[in-house]
Parts: sequence; structure tokens; C-alpha cells
Amino acid sequence: MSRSRTRPTAPAGVRPLAAVGLGFLVLPLVALALRTPWSRLGPLLADPLVTDALRLSLTTSLSALAVAVVLGIPLAWVLARTEFPGRRLVRALAVLPMVLPPVVGGVALLLAFGRRGLFGGSLDAVTGVTLPFTTAGVVVAEAFVAMPFLVVTVEAGLRSMDTRYEDAAATLGASRWTVLRRVTLPLVAPSVAAGMALAWARALGEFGATITFAGNLPGETQTMPLAVYLALESNPQAAHLLSFLLLAVSVAVLVGLRDRYLGQP
Amino acid sequence: MTRPRARGAALLLVASMALAACTADDGDTLTVLAASSLTDAFEAIARDVEARHDVTVRLGLAGSHQLATQVLDGAPADVYASADPTQMARVVDAGLAEGPPAVFAHNTLVVAVHDRVRTVTSLADLADPGVAVVLAAEEVPAGRYARQALDTLGLEVAPVSLEPSVRAVLAKVVLGEADAGIVYASDLVAAEAEVHTIEVPAHLGPTADYPIVALRDAPHPDLAAAFVAHVRSPAGRARLAAHGFRVDQVDR
Repeated sequence: MSRSRTRPTAPAGVRPLAAVGLGFLVLPLVALALRTPWSRLGPLLADPLVTDALRLSLTTSLSALAVAVVLGIPLAWVLARTEFPGRRLVRALAVLPMVLPPVVGGVALLLAFGRRGLFGGSLDAVTGVTLPFTTAGVVVAEAFVAMPFLVVTVEAGLRSMDTRYEDAAATLGASRWTVLRRVTLPLVAPSVAAGMALAWARALGEFGATITFAGNLPGETQTMPLAVYLALESNPQAAHLLSFLLLAVSVAVLVGLRDRYLGQP
Repeated sequence: MTRPRARGAALLLVASMALAACTADDGDTLTVLAASSLTDAFEAIARDVEARHDVTVRLGLAGSHQLATQVLDGAPADVYASADPTQMARVVDAGLAEGPPAVFAHNTLVVAVHDRVRTVTSLADLADPGVAVVLAAEEVPAGRYARQALDTLGLEVAPVSLEPSVRAVLAKVVLGEADAGIVYASDLVAAEAEVHTIEVPAHLGPTADYPIVALRDAPHPDLAAAFVAHVRSPAGRARLAAHGFRVDQVDR
């Protein structure tokens, strides 16, 4: 049977609406690309404002990704594989930062990890470590908003995978760690990769929680989104360039994923 | 939910939505763009104006530079009240002001210190590297004026954060995250009781001048003019003074 016979024709109006939807999403990005000051790329890239923001964004987002992986995969595993009372509530809480307005997240982080926060106060008293106004604080804020993306994607992958391979490995005498390392993770690798890409992109673009919790200081806490926000007034060309760089990275991540973020391995 | 209950709930929902729609349509809505340091004073003035005219006043509060950009980008606003004459000049130069702007208030800088903090007792303490000082960003007039005051004193202050608005600076101090921040005298009137101030001597920093103007493309030009007139009237000045602004030597 040829493909054209099995593919359905779109109901009336679907294609035009889709075209409008696509235009709505794509037009701002096209405008950004057209208005980026390409001729000033050299001097702008040499501007410390831009290089500091780029460097900070990359280091903090990758660190946040590492935190998300180390803590998020185990959390996803627990949510997917174990039964306990209140599991649905726990899952809702774990996913909550995804739907929380970022500034609200930042305020919550301050109340928990700030100098006078629930946990932060003790942290300061015992170790002298404070998180607000530090690069570490940026990592905390980014990890807070990005981790749920990883948890959700990996949990979905774990749920949809065939567990018989794990059972087979166990009956063959593999320890639980070996099963996780050699059977489970390789089988959900596409979901993990998709979750990591989404989490990293989200961490890279984080603004509200970062500026509220970590503050804004060039070279220390001013990531690319914060730099864009402030540069819009004093240095619009730098702002356009930074915006386009962020856009380009996001597009690269999404294209590289090739539909995997839809949850299918 | 049983059928009658579900129907009742739906009816209640539709009725309340209709009610909300009704009240929203009553009278005109006046859009006033005001610098964030004017938040409390203008909320009081807005209520006064709403009581005197059949109008709903909607305040857009943000940094003066952001508001000026909004006006230049064509935002449908009636009035612009700035904390920065430079930003007002951007609007005037673009031909978007209805008549010349008038200065209606002044503001002076103070250092806000959380009561819990013992290490800051004078301006010079701000230069101490162990003190967490928060300033407004350079783009914000309060940030610029603060820098000028510190430079005049020859103090090397390394802030831990440059906030996008002066109210954000105050928030960091009130929350206890920063030890001290430089804000306007008017900001402290609205602040929590746990913050005290250190005066910034008048000769050090420029006082902030606040100009106001009705906008050329205002959707409600008469109401815009009435609002500006009220701000500049004795009643308006009384409100501003009550909120910590200085209203001597303003344009009459």
C-alpha cells in the first residue's frame, strides 16, 4: 500500500490555521535574525559585557544540568518504579517549578536558601556559605527551574520501556546497580538525552528566578538573559546580538533532538 | 457533583463573569506610566482622581527608562511621570509629549539598612568589603545618582547586585539578603519597620527631579491633562509630601 493512500487529508481549515500558528511563532525569530547587527559582530563579541554573560551562562547552565542529572534521574526512577502513598502529590511537587512563574520561584528560593531563609540561615551559620549574589546561587536557581523537565522526560521513558530486560538481567545475577547502569539507562538513553537537552535549554534561558535569587552583577551573576534585559536600554545592539545567540543555541538544541523531546525513543 | 448543583455552579460562574465584564466597562480607563519610586504616592493620587472624575486609573510602574522605551514604542498611555529628566527628554525629543513637561517633585537619596545589621553606621561603611551593598543599575536614575554620591565621597563600593529598579533594591534590604542599599527617601515611607536610614548629605548627590507630562497620543487627552493638573495641585503635592517626596521648588 503506498503512503499517499494511508495519509489522511487535513480537515478544512486546519492547514490555514497551522500556517497562521507557525507564522506567529516564527515571525519574531525572523525579525530578531534580520535586526541582529552582523556588521558589529566583532567589536560586540569583544565587549566584556557580552563575553562575561556568555561565559557565565554556559558555565552555570552546564552546572545546573549536572545537578539536574545527578538528582533528577534518581527522582525519576523513584517516581516511575516505586509505589508509595502520596506518590502523585510528590510527582506534582517535583514538577511544580515547571509551571511556577520564575520570579515566584526566585522568591521561594530566597525564603528557603536566602541568608535568612529556612535552610539558608543554618547554612550561613554553620559553613559561612551564602547563596544569594553568588554564581552558585545562579546554578541553584537554574537547576530549580530546569530539573523538572529532566524528571518528567526520564520518568516517561522509564514507564514506557520494556522492563523484561531488567527482569532478565536480575535473574541472570546482575546487582541492582549493574541493572541500572548496563540495562535500564542504555534503554532510556534517548529520553535522558531529550530531558538533558530540554533542561539545559531551560537553564540557559532562565531569568526571573536568577535575578530575584542570585541578583545581577556582571561577571558574577549576570547571565545572558539578564544582560539582554539591562542592555536593552543602554546598548540595544549588544542586546540584539545576545538575544540572537540565545535563539541560535535553542534552535540548535531542538534540531539536534530531532523529535525526541516528544517523548518517543 | 449532582446535576442541579453543577448547573447552579455554572450559572454562578457565568453571572460573576458577566458582572466582572460590566464593572470593567464603566467609564474610561486612564493609563499612567509612572516611575516605580512613585508607586505608593501615585496609588493614593490615582484614588483621589478616580473619586473626582468618572475614570479608572491604571498605573504602569517600572523603571523610568523602560517606560520611556514603551512610550517610544507606541504604548497607548495617557501620562508619563519620570524619575529621570533624561528619560523624559527622550519622549519630548520624539515629539510624543503634549506640551512641556513640568517638574512636580524631588527626591533625595538615603541608605537603607536592615535593623539587624550592626556593621553599617555611616556612608563610609559601605566601602567595607564585608558589607553586602545593593545598588540600582546604572540605567536606573537612582543607580546613577547613588554612584555619583559615592564617587564624590571617594568611596570604592563593590555592590553585590545591580537591581533593575529602586524598589528591587529596597526589597533585597527588607528581605535581609543585602545589608544596605541606596534608595530614595520616599521608598522608606512605604517600607517595613525593620529598616532604618542613614542620610546622604544633600551636597553629595544630585536630587532627583520628577517631571510629568501628558502624552500627545493619549487616548483620553482631557483626562490626561486633568490628572497632570491634579498631581501639580496643592492636594497632589500634599499626597507626595506625605509619601516622602520634596515638593518645594517645583514648577508651578
